[in-house]
Amino acid sequence: MEWMITANEPGKTYLMQGNEAISRGALEAGIRFAAAYPGSPSSEILTMLGHVADEMEIYAEWSTNETCALEACLGASFAGIRSLCVMKQNGLLVVGDALHSASLSGVKGGLVLVVADDPSAHSSTNEFDSRHQSRSAAVPMLEPANMQEAKEMVKWGFELSEQLQQLVMVRTVTRINHGRSSVILGEIPREKQVPKVIGEWDRMVAINWFKALQVAKVDQAQTIFEESPFNWYAGPETPDMMIVTCGTGWLYSVEAVEALGVKDSVGILKIGTTWPLPEKFIVNHLARTRKVLVVEEVDPFLEQNIANIIAYHPELNIELTGRHGQKVIPRNGELNPDVVRNALANMTGTTFQGPEVMLIPFEEAVPLPPRELTFCAGCPHRASFFLLKQTLRIQEGQGVVMGDIGCYTMGGQRAGHFLYNFLCCMGAGISAAEGLGQLTRFGFKQPVIALAGDSTFFHSCMPALVNAKYHDSNMLFVILDNSATAMTGFQPHPGIGLTAMGKTTEPISIQKVVEAIGCPVTVADPFDIAGTTEIVYQLLKQPGLKVLILKQECATLAVRKRKKAKVWVEQDLCRGDECGCGRFCSRVWGCPGNIWDYEAGKAKIDEVVCVGCGVCVSLCPAGAIKIEGGEACE
Amino acid sequence: MSKELVKDPLNIIISGVGGQGNILATELLASALVEKGYFTTVGETYGASQRGGSVMSHVRISATTEYGVLIPLQQADIIVSFEPTDTLRVARDYANKSTLIITDSRPNYPLGVLIGEAQYPPVEAIEAELKKLSGQVQIIEATKLAVEAGNSQATNILLMGALTALPSVPIDIDDYERILEQRFSGQILEMNRKVLKIGYEQVK
Repeated sequence: MEWMITANEPGKTYLMQGNEAISRGALEAGIRFAAAYPGSPSSEILTMLGHVADEMEIYAEWSTNETCALEACLGASFAGIRSLCVMKQNGLLVVGDALHSASLSGVKGGLVLVVADDPSAHSSTNEFDSRHQSRSAAVPMLEPANMQEAKEMVKWGFELSEQLQQLVMVRTVTRINHGRSSVILGEIPREKQVPKVIGEWDRMVAINWFKALQVAKVDQAQTIFEESPFNWYAGPETPDMMIVTCGTGWLYSVEAVEALGVKDSVGILKIGTTWPLPEKFIVNHLARTRKVLVVEEVDPFLEQNIANIIAYHPELNIELTGRHGQKVIPRNGELNPDVVRNALANMTGTTFQGPEVMLIPFEEAVPLPPRELTFCAGCPHRASFFLLKQTLRIQEGQGVVMGDIGCYTMGGQRAGHFLYNFLCCMGAGISAAEGLGQLTRFGFKQPVIALAGDSTFFHSCMPALVNAKYHDSNMLFVILDNSATAMTGFQPHPGIGLTAMGKTTEPISIQKVVEAIGCPVTVADPFDIAGTTEIVYQLLKQPGLKVLILKQECATLAVRKRKKAKVWVEQDLCRGDECGCGRFCSRVWGCPGNIWDYEAGKAKIDEVVCVGCGVCVSLCPAGAIKIEGGEACE
Repeated sequence: MSKELVKDPLNIIISGVGGQGNILATELLASALVEKGYFTTVGETYGASQRGGSVMSHVRISATTEYGVLIPLQQADIIVSFEPTDTLRVARDYANKSTLIITDSRPNYPLGVLIGEAQYPPVEAIEAELKKLSGQVQIIEATKLAVEAGNSQATNILLMGALTALPSVPIDIDDYERILEQRFSGQILEMNRKVLKIGYEQVK
């Protein structure tokens, strides 16, 4: 809620999403610059800052990719402006070079980098742990344990960044970003920062001469962290066992100790400054126990850094347990209260007395159909994947399809007729296709198709397209242009003509970019199944590099703008199972709007779900699906 | 406070299929609870689940302290669900013999059912298993009632009306209505008010 993050009500408590708390913390620190690339679970932060940018007199942009975002923040920082950069864990790997170089040059105006990890990969292809990058890039890191701390850490992160003249990373996880809890507001400064003059001899230069200074900044951060209020111990003076935890692990640990009734023997050491670790603080506390359980999200990062500390302090006599070796906590998957309680029960030899539960034997349980992900009703990707699959079936030679990351990643699943053969990271589809397409010279005959979305095109496909063109690879590059970064919640990208702050700007035409690189390009409508199938068929027969743009707006966006058409099944015309189409509309086409009326034995439209795109009208062999009114899809 | 917190923490799960509006309904519920002075945390799973997957929100309410955002297995006190098979999936993991379940009876067919590879079970069979798993089950034809009231998209608020009618939930229908007034205006507010009351009357 935008009004919460700008409210001038210090001391007032609001229910805030973690991402709202982070935005609020940045505003309380007086930022004037924010840049990000969308990625769940971080996307709401810049969306909100963009919405309030005018009111708060800040600048906010959705950058073309994460590297552009971080480097833009470095530019603003050079003029002394406090800058917030936001991305998800994959994005941090995209900016690896910029991050490691920037920490050599350091920063001027405070620069806080919020990185949102996604343990269990709820909306990611992986659950990378960003914290390794903090350590390897020598960038101090804070890890909030709840929404309040997320706000406070982002706010304080700017002070720390300016004190050290170094970037500061705040690592969050999905349960913080997308969780909600009470947050007490602080003050938003009235005074606005103004850019400083950059003098002739001012420098922000990344060069290895500064390595010693980079290391010294880590040492200085460590000294500051020794006294940090984000670290504390609660529990008995000399506990039998100590839980050392950070992030979401803290509240799960508190609940586990309570649930097992081990308060008198187990203490909790909560760490908020996870790199560099406050070594003296940790050694002083560890000296009071013999047994330690480390509870943290994703990798045993805290655990192994504590193992390092123990190795350098022979006076400590500690049995250390955590995710390493998977003795009590699995090596992958996010934490939850049950994982933490079971680990603690295991280590303390206690058992949990839960509520009375009815256990139903497997054979008596009602079989439930799995709820798979699918494209939304009316999604143009459904049409694109259907017609590509159809073309490959009639095409000679087994076509190979190289996929990419976005809503259309589901094209590798049932929703897209299992079309993909390859999936890696953003922009990898076209580059890998380029390599495969070069093998024609060695007798590789299969048609090669690469897919990418419009936002991905700008993010990371342009250098790859140059590469494919320059080396004339044999492949078809299909751009699924739905005019949105749909998966992450419809953020604008350079092809849209709108900025994060809601300003109109000149859109960059994907077609013109492709043409400027020198590639022949065809634009087609995926909703015209028959016509576009023919186009794909003909393109695949041509040698060399071909580019096809399948253009149709995201259904979820389109439905907000257009008057919805009424689509229905004329059940007198539907021949049911006699038809021979094999219930094509519901079984093959698979749109959630096309359902089966079991009583009538005929097809039916679910009017609550249908968005009125009308594509199924053209697919029904009996002509039983009718459409009326509404505005046509362009 | 008109209603007291009978159990601390009180754990509520609100579950549905992506796009049904349970995240908004949950956020409004939690805002009403925070206004009443309760420590309230919400855990949500969405992202990819916007695309027809299951979406589940965990709400934890306490008078004394903040809890982590996820409810432990078998410890939901109340489950409100927008879709029968989802209700059963959630109940198998989170219900115990005293859990109270409110569910819509309208199926939302998953892809496997649409293409004929999986069968959608009879709603009566789902209800029978839910009764074994929990303390009490109330089926509300929420989508149908919302459609009759004029807007299928208001199903989420209708079910929240039913939730506020439960004696164990420490807010009243008025508290929820106040939050609706903060967030909506005009026809949407009127529609939400109307269905909130309809939902409330289903339980009373």
